[in-house]
Amino acid sequence: MIYVDNAATTKLSKRALDEMMPYLTENYGNASSLYAFGQKSKEAIENARAVVASFIGANPNEIYFTSGGTEADNQAINSAAYFGALKNKKHIISSKFEHHAVLHTLKKLEREGFEVTYLDVHENGIVRVEELKKAIREDTCLCTIMFANNEIGTIQPIKEIGEVCRERGVIFHTDAVQAVGHIEVNVQTQNIDMLSISAHKFHGPKGVGVLYCKQNVPLRSFLEGGAQERKKRAGTENVAGIVGMAAALKEVMINRETAAKHQTMLRDRLIDGLLKIPHTKLNGDRTNRLPNNVNVSFEGIEGESLILLLDDDGICVSSGSACTSGSLEPSHVLLAIGLPHEIAHGSLRITLDASNTLDDVDYILKKVPEVVSYLRNMSPLWEELELGKKEFQIK
Amino acid sequence: MALYSEKVMDHFRNPRNVGKMDNPDAVGEVGNAVCGDIMKIYLKIENDIIVDVKFNTFGCGSAIATSSMATEMIKGKSISEALKLTNKAVTEALDGLPAHKLHCSVLAEEAIFAAIKDYYDRNGIKYDKKIFTMHSHDDEDEQKD
Repeated sequence: MIYVDNAATTKLSKRALDEMMPYLTENYGNASSLYAFGQKSKEAIENARAVVASFIGANPNEIYFTSGGTEADNQAINSAAYFGALKNKKHIISSKFEHHAVLHTLKKLEREGFEVTYLDVHENGIVRVEELKKAIREDTCLCTIMFANNEIGTIQPIKEIGEVCRERGVIFHTDAVQAVGHIEVNVQTQNIDMLSISAHKFHGPKGVGVLYCKQNVPLRSFLEGGAQERKKRAGTENVAGIVGMAAALKEVMINRETAAKHQTMLRDRLIDGLLKIPHTKLNGDRTNRLPNNVNVSFEGIEGESLILLLDDDGICVSSGSACTSGSLEPSHVLLAIGLPHEIAHGSLRITLDASNTLDDVDYILKKVPEVVSYLRNMSPLWEELELGKKEFQIK
Repeated sequence: MALYSEKVMDHFRNPRNVGKMDNPDAVGEVGNAVCGDIMKIYLKIENDIIVDVKFNTFGCGSAIATSSMATEMIKGKSISEALKLTNKAVTEALDGLPAHKLHCSVLAEEAIFAAIKDYYDRNGIKYDKKIFTMHSHDDEDEQKD
């Protein structure tokens, strides 16, 4: 099996698992207990906090462990919004292609009377800082823009966005779930007030993440309960998960630059190879994208069929077609970069990790054209395009 | 658990009657690219019997599988028998579809009805228009473009 859907989730690192095991077995003490056995867990959590903090340029006391990226996004956005509302600031700025953990939280806030401006992400999948500047108002309390997009991998001008927000006194949150462990993330130099992390996107375990919240930026708790995480996140800590996340992060960060170089090389080979298939386009900026992300659309075919057939060839990939989204609409990300519905239906996302090889890439480049051509042969849409009854949208 | 039943995957992987047909007696095309599924069906009809059938489908796994199964279910049948085919029967023959995929099975039923309507129209055969109104979906508009 060739697993190239690492934006969905990644394989748990052996190192992380090894470091987790004691906390799943003999070291089961509650970190809130006063005796030494409990304090062992407490110590493990604090060590992990320091590790995570060090890799994003934060202080340990700015790190809050959560159940994952979704919870971190929810808490950051709701918190900044409700604190804003106290000062009569009920305007939020975001982008059109955020993750649903952000978009659905914003929709909920809109129902509660907040106003949200969704910045355009243009054809290249990147927000424009000038447009952000224009969107900021007296009553803007929060700007939330993802670090790198989960579907098309485009990297946003985070540092510049953070700078503008700082100048204008707007809290800046970024969903960095796809960025951490892959590209440079530093909350200090990049002017970030709040940031979300998910462990399972960098070979850590599922069900654990981080909310970074800068000192002096107020943070609200949304779970009633104990005093864990300095009263900002109640509930007995997921000690093994937290330890595993820190171990995985340490491992990816040590090899990050080498891994990025390797993945960029494979990514570019894939892009070049896939674009040789006629009437195919790359989605998102060619260079300003994550080292591991490839996203292309093939005209005349539908993505779910493509994925199922590639699965038969042992290749795990994903698509932004309606049939893979569980709704009747194709991916909001692909629509946000201006793709017509029929082109969004025919998309394919490949997301690599450091373990992928040239052989994997060459196998993918052998199989994908076969499957695309097979599906096009049975597609009445392709027939019409070929006969000239319909115009190709991808030249 | 797999996304689809074994039968769905079998018809998806090895679709029956896939392809085009020279000089068909009837053609039906339904669906649209925006929604992500289009089915085109060709019928060869002799003495009111569907002696051959071919299809082309642009769509997801369940759209292709239901297309394949539906063509199997009408091949060799009379037109009046084919008109009794329902998307429910096709779905059942495939051992079911996930709930959010049931709408895909409507495509095949609609394509067959569109083809039979085409056959009636081509041959000046009178019919009760009501038979087809239930199956017109919203493809009236789509056929214009």
